[in-house]
Amino acid sequence: MNILAVLLFLPLLGFVAALVLPAAVTKRFVLVFSLLIFGVSLLLIGTVQLRPAAMSWVTDTAWIDTPAIRFHIGLDATSLWLVILTTFLVPVAAYLSQRTILHRPKEFFAYLLLLEFGLIGVFSSLDLFLYYVFWEVVLVPMYFLIGVWGGPNRIYAATKFFVYTMAGSMLMLVAILFIYTKAGTFDLPAILLQMEMGKISFSQTEELALFLAFFLAFAVKVPIFPLHTWLPDAYAEAPTGATLLMAAVLSKMGTYSLLRFNLNLFPRASHDCAPWIVTLAIIGIVYGALVALVQPNMKRLVAYSSISHLGFVVLGLFSGNQFGLDGAVYQMLCHAISTGALFILIGYLEERNKSLEIVDFGGIATPAPNFAAVFLVATLASIGLPLLNNFVGEFLILQGAAQANIWWAAFAALGVVLSACYMLWFYQRTFFGEAKMQMADLAPREWITITPLLVLMLWMGIFTQTWLPGISASNKVLLDRTMSKTVAMEVTK
Amino acid sequence: MNPAAFYPTSTDILRFLPELILTIGGVVLLVLEALTGDHKDKSSLGYVSIGVVLAAMFAVPVTLANPGVSFNGMIISDGFAAFFRMVTLLVGLFTLLCSTSYLTREKSNSGEFYLLVLFSLAGQGIMASSNELIMVFLGLEIASISSYVLAGFLKDDKRGSEAALKYFLLGSFATAFFLYGISWIYGVTGATNLSAIRDALAKGTEAPSMVVAAAALMLVGLAFKVSAAPFQAWAPDVYQGAPAPISGFLSAGPKAAAFAIFIRIFQTSFDSLSSRYEPILWALALATMLVGNFSALWQSNVKRMLGYSSIAHAGYVLVAVTTNSNVGTAGAMFYLASYALMNYGAFAAITHIAGRGEKYVTIDDLKGLASKQPVLAALLTVCLLSLTGVPLTAGFFGKFYIFKAAIDHHLYWLSALGLLNSAVAAYYYLRVISAMYMYEPKTTEHPEPVPAGIQLTMWCSAAGILTLGVLPGLVLDYANRFATFVK
Repeated sequence: MNILAVLLFLPLLGFVAALVLPAAVTKRFVLVFSLLIFGVSLLLIGTVQLRPAAMSWVTDTAWIDTPAIRFHIGLDATSLWLVILTTFLVPVAAYLSQRTILHRPKEFFAYLLLLEFGLIGVFSSLDLFLYYVFWEVVLVPMYFLIGVWGGPNRIYAATKFFVYTMAGSMLMLVAILFIYTKAGTFDLPAILLQMEMGKISFSQTEELALFLAFFLAFAVKVPIFPLHTWLPDAYAEAPTGATLLMAAVLSKMGTYSLLRFNLNLFPRASHDCAPWIVTLAIIGIVYGALVALVQPNMKRLVAYSSISHLGFVVLGLFSGNQFGLDGAVYQMLCHAISTGALFILIGYLEERNKSLEIVDFGGIATPAPNFAAVFLVATLASIGLPLLNNFVGEFLILQGAAQANIWWAAFAALGVVLSACYMLWFYQRTFFGEAKMQMADLAPREWITITPLLVLMLWMGIFTQTWLPGISASNKVLLDRTMSKTVAMEVTK
Repeated sequence: MNPAAFYPTSTDILRFLPELILTIGGVVLLVLEALTGDHKDKSSLGYVSIGVVLAAMFAVPVTLANPGVSFNGMIISDGFAAFFRMVTLLVGLFTLLCSTSYLTREKSNSGEFYLLVLFSLAGQGIMASSNELIMVFLGLEIASISSYVLAGFLKDDKRGSEAALKYFLLGSFATAFFLYGISWIYGVTGATNLSAIRDALAKGTEAPSMVVAAAALMLVGLAFKVSAAPFQAWAPDVYQGAPAPISGFLSAGPKAAAFAIFIRIFQTSFDSLSSRYEPILWALALATMLVGNFSALWQSNVKRMLGYSSIAHAGYVLVAVTTNSNVGTAGAMFYLASYALMNYGAFAAITHIAGRGEKYVTIDDLKGLASKQPVLAALLTVCLLSLTGVPLTAGFFGKFYIFKAAIDHHLYWLSALGLLNSAVAAYYYLRVISAMYMYEPKTTEHPEPVPAGIQLTMWCSAAGILTLGVLPGLVLDYANRFATFVK
C-alpha cells in the first residue's frame, strides 16, 4: 500500500466525515484526525531520505483517457518536507482554533481538512493537470476561511484573494495546455525526459511566454512585488489559524512551484529572466521591510515582513547555484516556522486585548514575562540571529547571491538589517515601557501550541544535517540538468 | 420521386420517436386539461408531463440504435442529435420538476404550461435532429413560439409580459434573418438539405458573394438564438422577467438546441467557407464573453446576473465553435451538458428562494441563506463553483476541453483572453456565495421548506456536476465518438 496515496486522501475522507458528524464533536474530531494524518506523514520520511533526489512513494495510474491525464504523485526531499510542514501545521491551526472559533465551528474545522487535501496534492503532484486541479482546490476552503471567520474587512479580502489567484492561474492553464500540444502528455517526468532527449523543444519566444505564464501564477501566490497587494488584506483579515496556514504553507506553493516547474521546464528562460526577477525580489525585500517599519497594525507588520522574507526565497531560487537553491528551500521551511510562530503569538495578543494596533499594547513583559521571552525568541528567529533557523536559510541565500552577483547580495543584505530594525522596534513598543494593561501569561494550552515551533526553530538553526543533505541532493539533480542546458546554450551563442 | 417513399416507414418513426412521444403527450395533456375543469388541482397534469418527458428520454437510445436519415432526409438520427435531445429533455425534466410547486405557489397552475414545455421540447428535438434547413426553421419556430408564451405565462406580472413581448419581437426578427438566409441559399444552390448544400458549394457556385451573404444572414439569426454579442440584448431582460423555472429552461435548453444547429449547419454546409467565418466567430466569441462577464459584474438581481452569465457562457461555447474541429465540437457538447446541469441547478435554487411573486431575487435577499437553509446553500454553491470553473466540477472540465481545442488550433490569444474572462466571472459568482455564507440573515423568520421537486433537481444537478468533475469521460467519450459529421 502506498502511504502517500493514503495520506493524500485521508484529509478528504476527514472532510466528508467532519461534514456528516454532529457539530458538537467536529472540532475534536478534526484535531485528532489531523494529528493522525501528521503521524502517517512521518512514515514517509525514511524512504525519501534514503534516495532524496529520486521520486519515492510514486503512484502512477490513468485518471482520464482523453486527453491523457494521469494520477501521478511522488515525493523527493523538497516536496517531502513541505508535505510534512503542511501536516504539522494543520493540527497546530486546529488546536489553536479550538477556543477562538465559536461561530459555525463545524464548517471551519471541515475546511481545514479540505485545505490540507489541496496542499498535500499540490506538493506531491507530478502531472501538470493534476497539479493544476489541486492548485485551484486550495482556493475554495481558503476563500471561506477568510470570508466567514475573518475580521471586519473579510469579504473584500477573501474576494481579492480568490480573484487575484484565479486570474494568475488562468494563464498557467493556457501554458499547460500548450505544453500538452507539444509533448502529448501532462506528465512532468515524461515531459522532462522528452526535453532531455531532444524530442521536444521550445523556441526562445515560446519558452519565454510559457515561463512568464507560469511565473505570473506563482508570483501572485508567493507574492512577488508588485503583485503582493492582496497579501496584507488577506493575512490581516483571516482568523489566526488561517493566517498561519496562509503565511506558512500557501506562500510556499508559489515558491515550490517556481522551483519545480519554472526552473525545471524552462532553464533557458529562467536563466535569461533571472536578473529581472532578482531585481523584483530585491525590491520586494527592501519594500516589504520599509513598509513593515511603519505599520501600526501587528498582523500587517508581520505580513509585510513576510513579503520581505519571501523575496529572499525568490532571490535564492534565481541565483542559479547550489547555495542559492538550498538556501531558498531551507528558508521556505524556516520562514514557515518563524512567521507561523509570530502569527500565533499575535493571535494570543489579539485574544487578550481584542486589538491588533501596536499603540494599544505596551509593557507586556512585566505582567507576562514568559510570553515576552517566547515572543523574543520568535522575533530573533525572524531577524536571522545565528543558532536560530532563519539565519541558516538567509545565510545560504546571500552566499548564493554573492556567488552570482555581489551586488545582489549587497542589496539583499539591506533587508536583513532592516528586519532587525522593524522587528526590534515592534518588540520594544509592545513589550517594554510602561505596562498599559493587565495581561495573563502563557496558558498551558498556549505552551502546547508554541513549544513544538520553538523546538523546531532551534533544531533547524543548529542541526541542519537533518534537512539539508536531502534538499541539497534533490537540488543538485535539477542544477545538473539545467546547467547543461544553459551551458550548451552559451556555447551555441 | 416514388410516391411510396412519402409514407414513413417504421424505422422513420423510430428515428423520430422522442418528438412523437412529446407531441402526442402534449395533445393528451390538452385533452386532460379540458376534462379536469377549472376547480381541480392541476399538479397531477405536471406529473403526467414528467412521465411524458421520461418516456421521451427512454426513446432517445432507440433513435441511437437506428441511425440514419428519415422522412426523405429531413430528419437525421445520429449520436450528435441524440446527445442534444438528451440534454434538452433533461432541462425539460428539471423545469417540470421545479414548476409544479412554483405554479401552485403563484396560483397559476394550469395544464397549458406543461404542454407548452412539451411542445417546446419537441421543437428543440427537431432542431437537434434536423438535416434540412426547412426542418431547422420548423423546429426553431415550434420551440420559440412555445417559449414566448411560457416567458409571459404569469399574466398579471408586468415584467413577465414585457419579457415575453421583447422575446417575441426580437426572436421573430432573428428568425426572419435566418429564413431570409435560407431563401438565398436555396436560390444559389437549389437545395435545403444540409449535405446537398455542402456538395453544391464544393462544386463552386456562380455567386460566391451571395453564399457568403446568406451564411452571414443565418449567422445573425443563430447568434440571436444563442445570445451572442452584439445580438444579446434580449437575454437579460427575458431571463429576469420570465418565471424563474422558465428562465432556467430558456437559458439552458433552447440555447443548447440552437448551438446544435449552429454547429451542424456551419460544419456541414458551410465547411468550405470556414476560413472566412473563423475571424468573425473569433470576434463574436470574445465580444460575447466580454459583454456577458463585465455586465454581470454590476447586477444586483440574481436572475439578471445569471442572464448575463449565460451570455458569457455562450461566448465560451463559441470559442469551441470557432475551432471548427471535432475536438471543439466535443468540447462544446460537453460544455452544454454541464452548463445545463449547473445553470438549471442555480435557477432551481432561485425559484425557491424567490418566494411568492418572486419578491426575493436580489443578492441581498440571499444573505445568511447558509445558516437558514444549509443544504440548499451548499447545493447552490456547488452549481456556482462549477459556473466559475473550479476544478473537480463539470464546469471546469467544460472550459478545459474548450480551451484545449482552441489551443490545439493555435487560438492562443482567444484562449488567454477567454480564460482571463473567467477570472472576472469568479467575482460575480463569489458575490452570491459570500452573500450566502458571510453575512447574517436579514430576517429571523423561519424559511419555507424546499419542495421535493426542487430538491430533487438540485441534488441531481449537484451530483451530476461532481461526477462529471471527477469522471468527465462518462460524457466526453460519447461526445468525442459522435462529434464527427458526414463531410
